Amino acid sequence: MSARDEILARIGRAVAGAQDVEIPRGYRTTQQVDDLVGLFAERVDDYRAIVHVIPGGDVPARIDELTGDRRMIVPDGFDRAGGWPELGTADGVITGCAVAIAETGTIVLDHGPGQGTRAQTLVPDYHLCVVRATQIVACVPEAVARLDPSRPLTWISGPSATSDIELNRVEGVHGPRTLEVIIST
Amino acid sequence: MSATFLGMPGNFPKNASQAVQNSQLRYNLRKATHTIRGKRAGVVAELPDWQELRAAGKAIKDHTLRNLDRYLVMMEEAVTSAGGTVHWARDAAEANRIVAGLVQATGEREVVKVKSMATQEIGLNEALAEQGIAAYETDLAELIVQLGDDFPSHILVPAIHRNRSEIREIFLDKMPEVPENLTDDPPALTEAARLHLRERFLRSKVAISGANFMVAETGTLVVLESEGNGRMCLTLPETLISVVGIEKLLPSWRDLEVFLQLLPRSSTGERMNPYTSMWTGAVEGQDFHLVLLDNGRTDVLADEVGRQALRCIRCSACLNVCPVYERVGGHAYGSVYPGPIGAILTPQLRGMSSELDASLPFASSLCGACYDVCPVAIDIPEVLVDLRSKAPHPAAERAGMKVAGWILNDHVRLAKAQRAATRLRGLLPKRLPGPASAWTDTRDLPEIPDESFRDWWERGGPDERA
Ligand code: SF4
Repeated sequence: MSARDEILARIGRAVAGAQDVEIPRGYRTTQQVDDLVGLFAERVDDYRAIVHVIPGGDVPARIDELTGDRRMIVPDGFDRAGGWPELGTADGVITGCAVAIAETGTIVLDHGPGQGTRAQTLVPDYHLCVVRATQIVACVPEAVARLDPSRPLTWISGPSATSDIELNRVEGVHGPRTLEVIIST
Repeated sequence: MSATFLGMPGNFPKNASQAVQNSQLRYNLRKATHTIRGKRAGVVAELPDWQELRAAGKAIKDHTLRNLDRYLVMMEEAVTSAGGTVHWARDAAEANRIVAGLVQATGEREVVKVKSMATQEIGLNEALAEQGIAAYETDLAELIVQLGDDFPSHILVPAIHRNRSEIREIFLDKMPEVPENLTDDPPALTEAARLHLRERFLRSKVAISGANFMVAETGTLVVLESEGNGRMCLTLPETLISVVGIEKLLPSWRDLEVFLQLLPRSSTGERMNPYTSMWTGAVEGQDFHLVLLDNGRTDVLADEVGRQALRCIRCSACLNVCPVYERVGGHAYGSVYPGPIGAILTPQLRGMSSELDASLPFASSLCGACYDVCPVAIDIPEVLVDLRSKAPHPAAERAGMKVAGWILNDHVRLAKAQRAATRLRGLLPKRLPGPASAWTDTRDLPEIPDESFRDWWERGGPDERA
């Protein structure tokens, strides 16, 4: 008997006669938040990421200001000329996102146009992410409903961190040590 | 190579009494468990629907377990149609053989690993070493444990028993590139680990991971982490092998909306952990293999009382509130699964033939704090009591007497235990091994220094639960 068939048969025997259960979904699947941008900005800031809330028209100039002469990767589909071509020597990466969650201060990338590959958003030490106000949802269930599971997804809540040494929080282990978020209103 | 727990000698009372003599360990554990439980309480209190999420989490897991065969087949189909390959492993040896074979097929002799309890459970690193394959842990704590040739002591912060100067010594000793003047400042130590691993990430062709969840409907795997070493391993290598216990399944995509709220808040006490990666099948040109692991899980599933342990999402909240864990640390449990969950999972996965495993169900005062914080409402005291009744007699009785002596050696503790007994609706008195006179014989045994136990009570004991 193959391992597959044997495991399936063991399961069949183990649960024979057991009751099935209904799943109660009494939790909140949406939330009414008056100031989504404000809440999202506050929660991202809690993770010690840097947050800017500015009108959409000011975004390109702000990107110039923030990136200066850093060697920035600009992924395909991100509306900006130039960009550093080589991952290994890049200082940073600029991306958009697929959805953002106010309650948890989370940005989700689905690595579609303008969001780079998974490696591009991981290897450089600095990640600048532009979030449009309309991409912000209130809570986790709203985000899950908006996302496409067939795409690779990266949920980012603040810069990488560890508390492994005597429980001291240290920012920046292997992921980008600096996360900067521009919320474009 | 760090050793595994497989066949670790001793029994819980003996290991425990050694551990409580280690003041560094006790100090670190107390600090860690109290800090994390405080953070957890704060972020759990933020959600007015926590109990509804908990009820949903419990029911989703129970429904999955009831239909596990059907959902596993669904998972297999979804992963296969997304370009991945699915393997099935009845036990540790079979899983290790499959993984070693997959690595050998790539021609590589080195793999990078993301922290995974399933691969620790099966002793994968040691099995790979036998085949001449070096497995490198990349989680900072696991790296400390591996380089120090040591055992993890906590699910979430596995190196919590090491202080900064010990970590510095380990790094100086085992990382050739580290400068002599390395300080013991945590950021400096973290930077050393970052540099040590960076090159390895960029060079490695094969990675091995576990997963926190897998979604049957879509074939998606989910890994939650903090450091980014997970993203490195999941993303950069050409071949990714994930070894996942069959109980990690969720039926539908939507179910993640529950667990992505329950797990980070229960585990690290954050609204969300820094990074969560989700992928379905072979992504961005990667070769993807999923190894579905039984290794005793179907035996646990067959037990009507004990099967609820399979709901566990390994958040470690139960460790952080457990008065016994706080005093003895993770090593005393002799398994990758320490604390209250280990006390019910290990004896079920491995059986109770060794003295250590038979003593584990007694590693508890049945105070119930673990049940209160468990995000999937596992009634750990209920399973403990049930296992006690099943433990082989002589070994269990010896272990039980010692632990019972320790708990009952003080009228306050006795009051607590009696409260626990009431909570268990009369199950306890008839199941606690031995007559009352027996524990008076053992109450003077110096297993646990009285002094520190008093400390513990003054701090509030199990009532200070989050
Ligand atoms: S038993 Fe519950 S509290 Fe303990 S680790 Fe598992 S899910 Fe968390």
